[in-house]
Formats: sequence, structure tokens, C-alpha cells
Amino acid sequence: MSQQGYVATPPYSQAQAGMGGYSTGFGNPPPQSHYGAYGSPPQGYSAPPTGVLKPPASSPSGMPPILVSSQYGANIQQNGAHPHSFAPPAASDPSMSSYGQPPQSAFYSMAQSPPPTQQLTNQMSSMNIAGYGQRPMQSPSSSAPPQQFQTSPPQQFQTSPPQQFQTSPPQQFQTSPPQQFQTSPPQQFQTSPPSAMGHPPLSPPGQQPPSLGSPPPMATMGSMSAPPMGMSGPPGPGVHQPPLGPQGYQQQPGSPIAGPYGAQMAGPQMAGPQTGAFPGGFPGAPSQMAGPPQKKLDPDSIPSPTQVIEDDQVKRGGQVYVSNVRGQVPPLVTTDFTVQDQGNASPRFMRCTTYSFPCTADLAKQCKVPLAAIIKPFATVPKNETPLYIVNHGETGPIRCNRCKAYMCPYMQFIDGGRRYQCGFCSCVNEVPAQYFQHLDHMGRRMDMYERPELSLGSYEFIATLDYCKNNKPPNPPAYIFMIDVSYNNIKSGLVKLICEELKTLLDRLPKEEGAESSAIKVGFVTYNKILHFYNVKSALAQPQMMVVSDVAEMFVPLLDGFLVNFQESRPVINNLLDQIPDMFADTNESETVFAPVVQAGVEALKAAECSGKLFIFHSSIPTAEAPGKLKNRDDKKLVGTEKEKTLFQPQRGVYEQLTKDCVAQGCCVDLFLFPNQYVDMATMGDVPSHTGGSIYKYSNFQVEVNGQHFLNDLKRDVEKSIGFDAIMRVRTGTGFRATDFFGAVHMSNTTDVEMAAVDCDKALTVEFKHDDTLSEEAGAVMQCALLYTTIGGERRLRIHNLSLNCSAQLSELFKSCETDALINFFAKSAYRAMLNQPLKAVREILVNQTAHMLACYRKNCATPSAASQLILPDAMKVFPVYMNSLLKTPSLVGSTELSTDDRAFYRFMVMAMGVEETQVLLYPRLIPLHTMDVSSESIPAPVRCSEERLSESGMFLLENGLSMFLWLGQACSPDLIQNLFNVPSFGHLNSEGTSLPVLDNAHSRKLHSIISSISQQRATSMKLLIVKQKDRAEMLFRQHLVEDKGLHGGASYMDFLCYVHREIRQLLT
Amino acid sequence: MATYQEFIQQNEDRDGIRCSWNLWPSSRLEATRLVVPVSCLYTPLKERPDLPPVQYEPVLCSRANCKAVLNPLCQVDFRAKIWACNFCFQRNSFPPSYAGISEVNQPAELMPQFSTIEYIVQRGPPTPLIFLYVVDTCLEEEDLQALKESLQMSLSLLPPNALVGLITFGRMVQVHELSCEGIAKSFVFRGTKELSPKQIQEMLGLMKPATSGQQGKPLAPHDAAASCRFLQPVQAVDMNLTDLLGELQRDPWPVPQGKRPLRSTGIALSIAIGLLEGTFPNTGARVMLFTGGPPTQGPGMVVGDELKTPIRSWHDIQKDNARHLKKATKYYETLSNRAAVNGHSVDIYACALDQTGLLEMKCLANLTGGHIVMGDSFNTSLFKQTFQRVFSKDYNGEFRMAFGGTLEVKTSRELKVSGAIGPCVSLNSKGPCVSDNEMGVGGTCQWKICSLTPATTLAMYFEVVNQHNAPVPQGGRGAVQFVTQYQHSNTQRRIRVTTIARNWADAQSQIQHIESSFDQEASAVLMARLGVFRAESEEGPDVLRWLDRQLIRLCQKFGQFSKDDPNSFKLSESLSLYPQFMFHLRRSPFLQVFNNSPDESSYYRHHFVRQDLTQSLIMIQPILYSYSFYGPPEPVLLDSSSILPDRILLMDTFFQLVIFHGETIAQWRKAGYQEMPEYENFKQLLQAPLDDAQEILQTRFPMPRYVDTEHGGSQARFLLSKVNPSQTHNNLYAWGQESGAPILTDDVSLQVFMDHLKKLAVSSSA
Repeated sequence: MSQQGYVATPPYSQAQAGMGGYSTGFGNPPPQSHYGAYGSPPQGYSAPPTGVLKPPASSPSGMPPILVSSQYGANIQQNGAHPHSFAPPAASDPSMSSYGQPPQSAFYSMAQSPPPTQQLTNQMSSMNIAGYGQRPMQSPSSSAPPQQFQTSPPQQFQTSPPQQFQTSPPQQFQTSPPQQFQTSPPQQFQTSPPSAMGHPPLSPPGQQPPSLGSPPPMATMGSMSAPPMGMSGPPGPGVHQPPLGPQGYQQQPGSPIAGPYGAQMAGPQMAGPQTGAFPGGFPGAPSQMAGPPQKKLDPDSIPSPTQVIEDDQVKRGGQVYVSNVRGQVPPLVTTDFTVQDQGNASPRFMRCTTYSFPCTADLAKQCKVPLAAIIKPFATVPKNETPLYIVNHGETGPIRCNRCKAYMCPYMQFIDGGRRYQCGFCSCVNEVPAQYFQHLDHMGRRMDMYERPELSLGSYEFIATLDYCKNNKPPNPPAYIFMIDVSYNNIKSGLVKLICEELKTLLDRLPKEEGAESSAIKVGFVTYNKILHFYNVKSALAQPQMMVVSDVAEMFVPLLDGFLVNFQESRPVINNLLDQIPDMFADTNESETVFAPVVQAGVEALKAAECSGKLFIFHSSIPTAEAPGKLKNRDDKKLVGTEKEKTLFQPQRGVYEQLTKDCVAQGCCVDLFLFPNQYVDMATMGDVPSHTGGSIYKYSNFQVEVNGQHFLNDLKRDVEKSIGFDAIMRVRTGTGFRATDFFGAVHMSNTTDVEMAAVDCDKALTVEFKHDDTLSEEAGAVMQCALLYTTIGGERRLRIHNLSLNCSAQLSELFKSCETDALINFFAKSAYRAMLNQPLKAVREILVNQTAHMLACYRKNCATPSAASQLILPDAMKVFPVYMNSLLKTPSLVGSTELSTDDRAFYRFMVMAMGVEETQVLLYPRLIPLHTMDVSSESIPAPVRCSEERLSESGMFLLENGLSMFLWLGQACSPDLIQNLFNVPSFGHLNSEGTSLPVLDNAHSRKLHSIISSISQQRATSMKLLIVKQKDRAEMLFRQHLVEDKGLHGGASYMDFLCYVHREIRQLLT
Repeated sequence: MATYQEFIQQNEDRDGIRCSWNLWPSSRLEATRLVVPVSCLYTPLKERPDLPPVQYEPVLCSRANCKAVLNPLCQVDFRAKIWACNFCFQRNSFPPSYAGISEVNQPAELMPQFSTIEYIVQRGPPTPLIFLYVVDTCLEEEDLQALKESLQMSLSLLPPNALVGLITFGRMVQVHELSCEGIAKSFVFRGTKELSPKQIQEMLGLMKPATSGQQGKPLAPHDAAASCRFLQPVQAVDMNLTDLLGELQRDPWPVPQGKRPLRSTGIALSIAIGLLEGTFPNTGARVMLFTGGPPTQGPGMVVGDELKTPIRSWHDIQKDNARHLKKATKYYETLSNRAAVNGHSVDIYACALDQTGLLEMKCLANLTGGHIVMGDSFNTSLFKQTFQRVFSKDYNGEFRMAFGGTLEVKTSRELKVSGAIGPCVSLNSKGPCVSDNEMGVGGTCQWKICSLTPATTLAMYFEVVNQHNAPVPQGGRGAVQFVTQYQHSNTQRRIRVTTIARNWADAQSQIQHIESSFDQEASAVLMARLGVFRAESEEGPDVLRWLDRQLIRLCQKFGQFSKDDPNSFKLSESLSLYPQFMFHLRRSPFLQVFNNSPDESSYYRHHFVRQDLTQSLIMIQPILYSYSFYGPPEPVLLDSSSILPDRILLMDTFFQLVIFHGETIAQWRKAGYQEMPEYENFKQLLQAPLDDAQEILQTRFPMPRYVDTEHGGSQARFLLSKVNPSQTHNNLYAWGQESGAPILTDDVSLQVFMDHLKKLAVSSSA
């Protein structure tokens, strides 16, 4: 990283005492130089942003030649190659334009005439505004004159970069508190602005980046436009960067995209800068860079998530996190650590947005930081951590507080010699039951404290008594019902055959109770198109029996005995059936399907068998057959961007609503595997799964050869994963606050009980808390999550997670204890829920406003006074803006007609059920350079920032976001590497559609496969590996995950966003 | 002329006809005064081994509303090749194919001995017979096993090209697909939801999906044959079906304590009928329902599933306390009519110790010519053999069943047809010979009889419409023609034509002749059918009163007596037995519901209205034979005086076959004398009634309940309830005498009945 920048910018570093670690990331003064740089590299993408401002016309014409080459080139060595960075305008143009985001031309303008830095800052701010205004945000674009841009930028570029690099020592980064992002130097702003523009491509003309203020300090701030090249890392390269920077700008202009915006600005300007300024700039740049440190906003100067992650890993990775301290902030989700439960639930189970709650509601309101916990009750516990203990309190059931019903836990205070205890939640004093009595030691603790998990641990389980069972009867083991759509599409694609084959082996791996010989789970099979076929696979039968139910209007289960069976016992019959199914329907021409009746059938079957369970539905098309829950195509692209856009995501009510209730009441979880060739009304079809703790998988245009393995991996994982059924959860809290809102794949029939037909190890629930009253600092804030569920063995249990937090009247405490990953999870879920009821535009505005409010509050109350132009971020929220910006760019929220409505709805469902870990990587994918990997090392190479400028033509990168995985191959990637990995001589020999990565016997191949497999193991869903060659069509898919860049479908670059937020903050502060 | 006895016998043998009167009163007024209407019992398919069918089409009268068939009563002008219709007097020319006829070369239909003739006609492609088994699976394991075996056995009895189908039901209804390999496939329906025929066909995939324009229109039969996987030729699916039946399991749904199993009979039948209706309308088909209990859910439910609510009894019905009765009856009637319209018949094989809802379901069989068989269990020979006998073959090796019959009646103009009573439905065909005065199923001259056996006998009632002041010319004859079109079991279409004629007589001048032409057996049965028909809709006592009044009026009309002197009353020979028939009829289960469940009543009545005269008479007045050492077996009076210690009695009530060993015989038997060589004669005596019983059992359909009992045995009640209680505990003055056994009853005896009758008949006030 170019931490030097920090050094250069004294203000930052000073300001944030605490933040040290942080600031480095950002702080880099080099940023300035970067500007130029980043402008360029990103151009590939980010370029557009800048370009936007400018008139398209000019850009295309002017830039082309240079740009072309540059895009990749730039990447190659971080910033290095100027020429490259220019990236072929032509190339960029088209792409850009296609996306429709017109990058602003701002950059260009900047290049032309360097205005005084100050001015620039101003301009920036104004620009941003404008930018947002057009797009997402509100304010109409100010009339920022293009000129300004023109003037300022160029200068900056040239000058700043070099200097910064040189100067800024890494140390500074550390020191400078991340919090302050302040963009101190006006110059920087200037630089930044362009970037800003970039992302808010929208932002019309000219106004560039608002003053991001001091780029350096804030490393975070940011490079809106994303630092082109600059990888976060190497300062050295920094030098190079500068040069790039300028280019970058040029490109941007070049990126015709800008067209729309640009038009106003500057046709003329553009032209000017491009041709003249840039060239000039470059040469000069290097030298200049060295000199003036702070002038420009370097992408490396804005807070880098990868750096933050790395730092945390360095600092806390591999350590044991002992949960004995109240309000202790856990390591980041990305950090590899071991948990030792000593009274608080592992962060794997519960993670909070802040570990220090404000004492009063007023304070909470003031800071705007949401108080929430993300609970993943079934989170997988790593092998090296202790599994949950099981506590049996005997026939009377778990001991609970008489008043609030909280379960016995470490927060109960035993008094009166151990005869009574005071509830840690409601303070009620209860008698200790005789059989539970134990003497207290001199500390007032029970003698048996360490013998009883419920007195010493944060997480444990109780055996539930009959009182906790439905109808007071012990539950039956759950059942898995496989329901296969055998309509024409699925037969033709070979899917049915694939599933049937897989099930034969898969069923051997049904989850089982620890120590059990075989799984207690029963299985059943249904096939359907517009009618349903049930199968009797009773072990006594010589051959299976098929029972057709065509009365889809009122679904029922035609058989009881023989439908749900033990796989081991009925294996021959089941195998016989699975062999026959593909043949039976081989010549079907039925293309209509039903859906709601299928789910209904599953529910009825479970009802008849008096058990809970899970439906695996393999479905192909929108259910149009005459039946309840019939759907029609209501995908209307015209609604995108309008007030009514939200209706696209609202499920059809009625049948599905009732179905959800039925499912939840029966403990019937629905997992939906969709194989659509076209619109399927995902919003409605996903409604039931998303309320029953189910998962949704979607494989568009499924082909066995292409997606088969991916699907099978998902299926395997889904079948095998640990899960609890028929669950009901309650979150109890200490006095003064309470859980008010719940987000997740759950159903709520009242305001406190969370009902989940099933909950598995990947499902997380986000709970928001509100103050009722004042919290005391000594008592802190305690919470207890109690989950009553049925195990896969058919046992009823209560899983308890306890967590205690601090309370503080000091906002600084709160900000210090914030957990960005958890925060963004909360924001993602709340936004995704809000989008059902509010226009997307409003949702986005709220998100941005809240971001600005939080940061403004920090600035106002916690940061040391500094120039208003400085952007100061709390250390713990340093990378919050990049996540937030990424969230704003997620397909669901971005609102583009080019994204399929189904995909957006699908994405929405996915996110609603995600835990912190998943949202983190989703919003900030890992981009892992492979060309530099050390094949002898075990570890995964350190990821680089998600920005085009970090790519290099000669590089090879692996990108993963938890949902998909890309292997990006630069055009100039080493033939040796290609040979080693693909067994073909060169890049050119690679099939552009290839998705398979052969397993070869050489170090590189082995290493890559080991990386991929270790990544997949960390993720909840299997990821399909897509191999993307640079400049291939498929590259677009890849690029939209470079979240620091301007979004392909709209959305600002990181840098631009930061600028915008900063401007907002400044407004708030004044 | 021979005696009327011979005449009647001869006519019956030739035409299958027994008339109440063999001389017909020539005016409406006179006819009404005769009390017993002009009517006949007609057995359309009476077996006539001596009557080979002719292979051509019948010649029809050309008058549009007549269309009578050329018959021996027609006047023929051989030279002009013209014949005159004897019903409408239309003159018709013979068709070209008759060009060669002459006095000496007459076609069969003109010969007097062919007053009944059968034509084989070619109409459309032959369609195979269809047998659709509808099987209740809520049976005891043993019962189900027996039923499965019977069904499997039946497959071998079916014509090889016959189509078979299988529907099973319990809580759900399953329609089994028969042509699938590797996996047994069935369509399942909820047992509680009523579906329209269209829905059923859609759900079974019988609609052509592609041609949405024609939706709702069933497939043409031959298409359906190809596509209907549910009905397949026996020869093709024999093995499959045998296996399928073998694998049938009891309804798997748990039956909680205190509940009846849920049995969706109503829906199963509706689906069966819907299936046939959609695929093979107007084709001979039998839906064979095998049930072991009452329908307990869904439409057609007869009783709820709570065991604590017993199934309706006559008591409940009379108190209007049978909740489901009306609804269920209506439901089954609707179904019956649908089946009848399409020419499909429904058999009910109900085997259970308790009632099974025959009362509600009877119309299915009654209106479609189906069988009803009632037994205690499927695991009895009664059921097994009866069921086997359904598929019995005649002397030609052909099944004794015919399908899709229509019976049309044509009358000469002095007569009109009032109605018919039998296993038929009205086709609502109005014509000149239809009387406004309905008796039985009237208002039409055509009836549909979906299924016929050689024994199926209808009672036809006529009205003489000739006015009193328009006398029929001397020697005039009234004629009636019965035209029965049907599908023979070998799938041929056939037409049987019976033309009868009777002389008109002036009732005033020839009353004695008319009286002597009275066929008291036929009349008893015909009146009994009227009574039973009434009993279906009227209160029991009203029917009895009506019957009594008719009897009294008849006696007044034909009896010889002096006013108010009962002792002077006499009846001529031709009427002498009639009152006795009426006496037994009054006591019969057809009119008495006491001691019978509604199901039993329905069952008895069902058979009564379809059997031929002989069987009907047995039902009215059971036959009693006596075996003793004193002579050959002899018929004895159905009277308690016939019950003697040293006799063996064999009683045939049609439904039961009772062998009753007198007290002494029973002791001997118990002592084992029959085992001793020296008492070989005793052994023979014991064996004799068994042999005779066996003979009856061989031919009877349905199999009677076979009872072997002895004096004092509990089963002796079957005998005791039938005999005339001439000796009861009330009048047993001859205690100790060899005068039979006293019956413990308050019922009136024949003697008392006759006394009352006489008194009333001679009473001037009556």
C-alpha cells in the first residue's frame, strides 16, 4: 500500500490517533497520484464514470487508440503501464455505453486545466451532488462547470502522485486513524472528484467529485473511481501509478459512455484534455508524483477492505478468542480464529453491529447506528472447537425464570446461599428448585459452575420435555421429500436423469444424529408436471407403485404407508424407481407445470406422517397449468426505475401466503431448485422457501454438461447439511431494550416468536433492537436467543445462545465497538426488505443518508476537530462505505432493465437469509492473484482490491463472492501457466466457453485446485467456476463483481461514492 | 282347444309371456272391473335353444310412428308382395329381398311358430364387453384375500377380448392403469370431493389435450380404446392384472378406535361411471362394485364414520331420522341415470355382516339391470359361487348376459301400455300406444334395460282403451309386439321380436270365459310387483291395505256367495290359489320390513322385480318338500302342520334353502344311525334332500343361503317364519298330537285370513 500518502497528509494521521492501523490503508497520500492512475485503469470500467460527464462524442473519437491498449496494460503492473492504462477507448466505449452508464467526462476536464486544488474540492462536492442527483441521489446537479474539472485534475495528477508515493511511509497509515478520512488536501479532492464522477456516472456533467476532502488521511475515502491500478499494496508501484492516473482520465473521457452527461460539459473540454493534457500529464506525472504528495486522491489512499482484512488477520488470526469479556469485539468474519466459549456465544452464532450499546434511546437515535444482532443458530462449529453441550434438566424441563421465561444461563445471579437466583434479564428473583440446589463459593458463584454448561457457557442445548412438543407427543424423525418436475424441459435437459442417478448415492449420506448407525430421516418421492405422481416404495413391494393425483385444486396425499420410507430398508425399490423415472417420462410432451399444489402435497404428506421435514423441489418453469397458485408472466421491464418497480419483487398473495402458513405450521421446509429457461416469477415462487427456512437455487438455461456438477454439488451440500426442524425462536433481552424486528428466511405470526419450518447451518437471522428505557453501563445489555427445534433424529431440543454487550453513554465507545460486517448485513437485509414496500430510489437514498448520518455523527461527536474538508471515518467503520456502495450496486437494488427480474428477486432472497460472512464476501468479493502465487505455500494468496486497475494483462485472478467464482485470464498471461493449468499451449488455444479446469499433475494446477476447494469449503453454496478470458464476452459477468469500480448497470465507483458521502456529511455538519 | 293350463304353458315356452288374463275384456270399463289389470310378465331373452336367430334385418312397417315388425299376425298378399301391419293397418310392400316369397315359401317371421324371433343385425363395429371392477379395500384381511382370489379367478372366465378395468377404493379412490410395465401406476382421487364427469375425464387424461377447441368432448370410442390405459383386453393384461390384484393391500389409512374405515364408495362409483361414460358410451359394460361396508364419506355417504352412530334402520327411516338417506339416494340415482343413459350396468356385490347401504345404492342395480348380491363375507361359497355364476355360459357356450337392451312395446289400437316394472328405465318415448294412466315406469313405450339375463323378466301393464260402446268385432284379437334390441354377449347386435295376440271377450256375456282365462300365478306376481313398486314409495300398511282391497274386490267380482253369508263363499278353480298367494305375499319380506334391515328389504325387492314367474312364486310362497320313510318326497303345505318329527323338510324360499330335520330324525342323526350299515336307508333319507338342494343350488342365481338345521336349532327360524302359523301357542289345543309344531307368533294364519276375506267379500257394506 502506499501508505506514504498518509505521511504526507499530516492532518489525517493526527486526527485519528486510535485508528492507526486503518489509516494506513487509506491514508495514503499517494492517492493523489493515484487519481490519475486510477482514472485510467478503472477506465476499463471505471473509466466510464469519468467519461460520463463528458460528451460522448468527443470521447470516442479522441481517445480510442490509446485506450484500447491501455485497459489491460494498465492493470498489468499495478499502475505501471501508462499506455495500457489508456485502454482502448473503443473497447471501453462500447462496453460502457452498453451499460448505459455514462461516465463523466470530468476527468478529462480536469486534465486540461488544473484549477487550484481548493477549487477542485469545491467542484468535487458540487459535482458529486450533481451526479447523485441525477441518479440515485437527490440534488439536482449543480451547475458545476466543466471547466473546473478540466483545470484542476490535470495538475493534480501530474504533481501529486509521485510525491506521495515516495513520501508516504506505511507507518503513517497505521498511525493515522482511519476514522478520518478527511480528504484534507484540496488537491486530493480534485483528484478524487473525477473519480467520484465516475461512479456517479450519473452525475451529469461536470461537477465532479465533490470534495472528498483529504484523500490521504482517509485512505478510506476514497477513490471513488476506484483506484485504477494501484493495488493496495505496493507503494513502489505507486510511482507508476501516477502516470497511469492521467491516462486514466483520458480514458474516461474516452469512454464515450459519458456521452449523455458529457454532452453538456464539454464536448470541447473533453477533447482538449484528452489529447493535450493527458499526454502531457503522463510524462510529467511520474516526476511530479514524487513531489507533491497530497494533491490527488489515490485509490490506494482510500480505505482498503483487503488491507483491513489482512490487518485483522495478522492481528487476531490464528488466535483463540475467549468469550469471557462482556462487549468484546470479535475478529472480523474473514479472520481465521478459534473461539473458546466462556459465557458468551461464539460470534459464529451471534454477531452484533456494535458491542457497546448506547445507554439511551436518544443516543441511539443520534448516532443512527443500528443496534442489531445477526444470529446463525446452527452455524457450523469448526472441528477444533467444542461442539455444543447438551443439558438435561430432567422431567421438569429446563429451569427458567418465572417472569420472563429466560432459560438458565451464566447471567443468572445466585443469591441467598444459592437458594435463589436473580434473573439477569428481568431481575426477577426465583427459587432454585431443590434438585438444582448447589452451594455458592466465596465469590458467590455456584460450586458446580464449571460442571454445568448452562452456568458457564454462552451456547448449549437443553433436552426439551413433552411440554415443548406439538400435541405433547414426542416428534417423529423428519422426512425429506424429493419432488421432481418431469415436464418436457427437465426431461430434455437431462436433469431428471441426473437427479435420479445422484439420489441413489446421495441418500446414503442423509444427515444422522451423532453416533447413530443410519439416518432416521425418511424419504419420499414425487414427480409432477401438471399432475402429481406419488410413489409407494415400501420395502415389501417387488416394484414401486405410482399414484397419480390429478386433482390439483385440492391436493391430498394418496397414500400413507410406503410413501415415506427408510432408505436403507427400501433401497432396492427406490433404486428401481429411480431407474424408471427418466424412462417413464422420456417421451413426455407436457410442458405445463404446477407449483403450489406440489408444495401443498408435501405439506399434506408430512401432516399425514405427523412429522416435519424438507421438500426438495426441482422445478423448471413458471407454473401456468390450471391450478391454485397459477402464475402469469408479470415481468414488466417498463416498471424498472419507477415507483412501481417494487411490485416486481412482491410475491403474489393469496395461495402462496396460505401455503407459507401451512408449511410453517407443519414444520415443512421448502428447498427450491429452479432450472428456468425464462421468467418464472421468482418473487412469488421463492416466497414459500424464503419463509420456511428453505434455500433457493437457480440454474438458468440448465445443461447437464455445463451446470450439472455445480447443481449436484449444491444438492449434495443441501442434503447433507445439518439442520433443525419445526423451530421456533425467541430472543429475550435484558430490561431497557428489546428485539423489535427480524429479518431472515422466517415466518412471524406474532411480533416475538420467530417461526422457522427449518433452520440449517447457513441460515442467519438478523434481529434489530430498540430501546425501551435507559441501559446502565454496569449491567450492560444481555440477550438470550432460545431456539426450540426438532433434531434430525426426532428429538426435541432447545438451543440457547447468550451474549452480553457493553453499554456506554459515550458515542465514541459505540463507534469503537462497531462491526462493519455485521452492520452491512443489517443494512442489506433491511434494504432488501424495504424494497418490497418502497421505491428503490427511496431505499437507496435512505441507505446513503444513513451512512452519511452515521459518519457525520461520528465526525461531530468523536473525531478531533479538523478541517471540514476532511473526511473522517471511524476506525471500525473504515471500509463501511465500500460495502455500502457495493450494496447499492447489487442487482436487486440497482434497477437496470438489463438485469433479469428473476435474478434480482433471487438475489434478494439469497441475501435475506445470509449471515455476516456471506454478506461480507458477497459485497466485497475476494480477488486473488494467481500468477504470483507461491506454489509451495499452503495458504491462499492475499486478495487484492476489487477493481479493474488491480488486474493486469499478464495476470490471472480468481474471484469469488460466495455465489460464483471466476477465473480471469489476462491476455498476456504466461503460456507456462496456461499450459500448467489447462494443458493447452497458450491463451489463444483456450476455448472461450470453457468452464472446466482440468486436474493436472503439476504444482500450479494442484495449487489452484487446492485454493478452489478450500474456498468452496468455506461457502454455503457451491460455486460454479467460470473461466473468463480477458476481453471475452463473459468478462462482463466478471466485471460486475469488481465492486470498487463503477457498476456496469449503474452505481458509483467507490471513490465517487466516498466523495458523495463526504459531501453529504459536510452538509449535515453545517 | 286344450285347457288354459296348457295354453298358458305353451305360450310361456314359446314367447316367454304370462298374461294375467288370456281373454281380454273388450272395454275399458270392463277391464277396470276385473281388478287385476290386463298385463303380462315378459322374459325378453328367455332361452330358446330351438330358436336359431335369423341373419337378416327385420322388416318394419313404413309408418313413421308405428315401425312394427313384420309378424305372423300380419295379413300378407303374396301376389302383390304387400303386407298389412296388424297394429296400424298400414299396407307395406316387401323389400326387394323378399321378392321370392309365396304361400309355400314364407319367411320365418311369418310362420305362427315364430311369434318370437331373433334377428342378428350388423350395426357398427362390434365392441368388446367391458368389465370394470370397483373394489373396496377396507376389508378384513381374510375377506380381501378371498375377494382377490375370486377376482383373479374371474379373469379366466371373461371373454378374452373383453376389456377390464380396476378401481380400488378406501379412503381414496384409485384408478389403476393396466398397461404399464415395471411400475404399478394408478390415478388417485380424494374420496370426499365430487367431480363432474368432465373433471374426471380430464384428470384421468382422457381428454385430448392438444385440441383445446374440442375440450369437453370425450374421445370417440375407438380412440379411447387406444388411449384409455384403464381398460385393457383381458388377454393382454391378464398377468399384470393378476399381479396387481395379488398385491392389493388393505386400505393403509389407520382407522382410529371407535371409527368405521373411511370408504369412498360414492366417489369410486362416480369415477367408474365417469370413466366409462367418457370412453365407451353406449357400449355394453358392467361396473362391478365389491364392497364390504357402507359408504362412510363423501357424496353418497350412508353413515358417518363414528361407530357410535349406527346405520339407519327402518325405525329411523320411519321416524325420518336417517340423516344421509335422502342425499345419498339422490346421489346414487343421479349416477344410475347417467350409467343407464350410456347403457352401462352396475352390479353390487355387498358382503358384510352389517348393512352396506344397499337401500341407497339399490337404484344403481335396479335401474341398470345390474345384479345385487348380498352376503356375509367374500370368503363364503355364497359369494364365490354366485360371482362365478355371473359368468356362466349357456348351451352355446355364450355368456348369459346381454347389454344395452331397449324394449319397445307396440299395441293394437284397443290397447295402450301403462308401464313396466322391472330392471329398466324409461326412454321417454311417447307414441300412440302410450297410456296416460301410469303403472310402474310408464309414460313411454320404450325402456332401456342395460343388462339382461335370460331370466330377466319385466311386468308390463296395459290399459284397454276401447270404449264400452264401441264393441270389438267378434273374433277380434288384441295384439302386442315386444321388440328387444340388445348387444349379445358375443358382441353381436340382435333384435328379438315377440308378437302376441289374445282374443277380446265381452265381459258381460263371457265373464265365465274370462274368469277361466285367469292366470292366477301370473296375476299374483303381477300384483305383487305392483305392490312392491308401491312399497318403494309408500308406507307399508298402505300397500297392504291396497293389496287387501284389490283381493276383496276380486273375490267380490268372481266369488260365488250369498250376501252376508261368509260360509257360502266359493271361488272357482282358476282363482282358488290366488288368495293364498296374497296371504303369503303379505307376510313376505317384500312388503314386511319387520325383522328385515332396509338393506335386506332392498335386496329382496331387487330380485323380486326381475325374476321370472316361477322364481317369483317361490319368493312369494316358498316351496316345502317333505322326506320321510313313508313314501317318496312330496311337496307339502307351507304350514306349521307339516313340521313333523319324523320328516325332513326342504324349504326353498329362493333366497334361502333350508333343510330341516324333524325332532326324531335329528336324534337319529345325532345317534349316528346313518353310519351303520343296517340303517343304509336312513342314510339315504338324509341324503335325498341334500341332493335335491344341490340341484337347486346349481341353477339358482344368486346362490341361496344354504341352511342345514333341525328341530330346535337356531336356524330353524328360517322355516318357522315362513310357514303358515296354523298352530300357535294360542290355539294349540291339540297338544301332544302329531300335528306339527306350534309357531310362537301372533301373526294371523291363513285360516283366519281367509275367514276375514270371506266375510269382507260377502259383506254388502264393502
